[in-house]
Amino acid sequence: MSELLCTPTPITTKEGILELLKDKVGAQYYSQMKEMKVDQAALARDLEQTSKSRTRTWLNVCAHCAMCADSCFFYRTNNNDPTQIPSYKIQATLGELIRRKGKVDAEFMIKCMDAAWGKCTCCNRCAVYCPHGIDTGVMFSYLRGILFKHGFIPWEMKIGSGMHRVYGAQMDVTEEDWLETCEWMVEEQQEEWPDLEIPVEKEHADVMYILNAREVKHYPEDIALAAILFHVTDTDWTVPREGWENTSLTMFAGDWEGCAQNVKRIYSAIDRIKPKVVVGTECGHAHRATVVEGPYWAGRESGDAPVRFMHYVEWVAEMLRTGKLKIDPAKKIKVPCTLQDSCNYVRNDGLGSATREIMSYIAEDFREMDPKGDHNFCCGGGGGLNGIGVYRKERNVGLKNKLDQIKATGAELVVTPCHNCWDAIRDMMEVYEEHNIKWSFLKPLLAEMIIVPPHIRHNELE
Amino acid sequence: MLDFITGPLFVISLVIFVVGMLARIFWYVRGLDWRLERVAYRYHTDRSVPGALASIFKWLIPGGTDGWRTQPVAAVLFFLLHFGAVLVPLFLLGHTVLLERYVGITLPSLPGTLADILSVLSLAAIVLLGIRRMVSPALRQLNSGSDWLILVLTFLPFATGLIARLDTSAYQSWMILHVLSGELFLILAPFTKLSHIVLFFMSRAQIGMDFAIKRGGATRGGAFPW
Repeated sequence: MSELLCTPTPITTKEGILELLKDKVGAQYYSQMKEMKVDQAALARDLEQTSKSRTRTWLNVCAHCAMCADSCFFYRTNNNDPTQIPSYKIQATLGELIRRKGKVDAEFMIKCMDAAWGKCTCCNRCAVYCPHGIDTGVMFSYLRGILFKHGFIPWEMKIGSGMHRVYGAQMDVTEEDWLETCEWMVEEQQEEWPDLEIPVEKEHADVMYILNAREVKHYPEDIALAAILFHVTDTDWTVPREGWENTSLTMFAGDWEGCAQNVKRIYSAIDRIKPKVVVGTECGHAHRATVVEGPYWAGRESGDAPVRFMHYVEWVAEMLRTGKLKIDPAKKIKVPCTLQDSCNYVRNDGLGSATREIMSYIAEDFREMDPKGDHNFCCGGGGGLNGIGVYRKERNVGLKNKLDQIKATGAELVVTPCHNCWDAIRDMMEVYEEHNIKWSFLKPLLAEMIIVPPHIRHNELE
Repeated sequence: MLDFITGPLFVISLVIFVVGMLARIFWYVRGLDWRLERVAYRYHTDRSVPGALASIFKWLIPGGTDGWRTQPVAAVLFFLLHFGAVLVPLFLLGHTVLLERYVGITLPSLPGTLADILSVLSLAAIVLLGIRRMVSPALRQLNSGSDWLILVLTFLPFATGLIARLDTSAYQSWMILHVLSGELFLILAPFTKLSHIVLFFMSRAQIGMDFAIKRGGATRGGAFPW
């Protein structure tokens, strides 16, 4: 293979993705990265144009007081290694980059990449502990954008951003695959739920449901479960033909142009379908990309999405509150259980109370982690870190923090309404050989414990 | 000599301080960018104003935030330093007299003993913060010249002022050093990390707005629970 795999140009073709995928674990990609030339003039210009007063003030007034140190799970799990202090991590990378006005070499850019993806998940927890209100996670996200533009990003992030640009999804799921999966899932459920439907592009539906491409590709039963829950709650719902995928590896990659493409695809589905509400699946970063940051990428100055968006936990909480979803008391979760707060919709969108409301309906022995809610720690695999092979070791060390938090609750089940948290928790149980703690999304738990209303045709299967 | 440093030089340094700080505020606000920062600064004032205010006030109260509560030792030292560093320069009798003479602003003045106590506590806090900086591995990693500079710039006016009160035989010499170090503080403040005297409020307001406008203000009921 002699192609140039590592370049600053984003991937925009199927061939480009295939070429990159052929390069096992990105070996050639990373070796080419070491040789890549940094366009210092362009870098200086990018920094000048995009690093404004907020970033510069944050970097300049940082009192180096180290109050952010203990807020970072990487610092805690790396034996209080001073080089893992958020303040240090950002000063030694972005701070240095700005001080040197972009006059840096590939080695320095790779050091920045190692920190931006391997030492920070952009969970924004440190921002909550800085007296000056400095959000290092935001600065690392900004640094990712700069690094993306200049080609210094992890191999998987390059592929992920390319997938979004080519397929409109984080995986190579085409529109055909998506629609076939919907049909297939309805067929699968026919026997048990004879009237189940997944309506596609139904105009003026009350709810437009959008989801994570992984569900289509790897666990399509999640779509069936979503359909069942919409069905039993008599929800007038639909899915779009295009604009159904709301994750954004482009956000993890710092590919802001790709981010805008993703979110515009969803917003134009809203224009076509004109739903009252959009409900997104159990995913943290997808919600953040579409609802919290998305409006800005789409150029909406008010910062608001075109219609009301609900994360799945908000929708479930509302259904339980209004009695549209009824829980069989005998089937509630009996074992001690805890709840993982996803940074992206809890700390960064204030939805911690919705998840707790749900727990009050479904769990008999619910135990909070310490800390919890807005102050909870990242699962350890956020910000794309779960998927980046080259930083697997760093991630596995970081996972220990969450494992300790979970174990301290004595819970046997962790409710994780987020794909990344779900993955991180699955992996930590494997890495640290913990076999007595289970983890689950909400949908499969709910489907097991709902009372099916009498007017819904339902055949109990053996 | 004394007339010059307590007269024109005092006025000059005060002007540099005030104009410099106003400029920092001006450039800070001017440099905000809703598109780059992804914060709808001009919208949702019902959430953003309470968010900004809560973010400032909660951090001005000792123990007012999780951040302060989880690190009580550092928090106590910061507050000891800042009580004196804010109150003494503004409200010490000698200072209020100067301000009235040159600027025409009349401020109430602190009782002398209270000012002394505050000054001693601030000095102790500076020394302890300095020691913390040298002893803690985390801080040793972060230390830079600019951090030490602001500690020294703050230490000098307090130390010289107190010594002038105690060492009455050399009062005039210590007073000259005191005024000069105070003026050095005023002149350098806008150009060093001392600019946090105003930028603390700007940065806190910004992040308070960010959380209140965009990151959950609508669902969390306004301000972030710092």
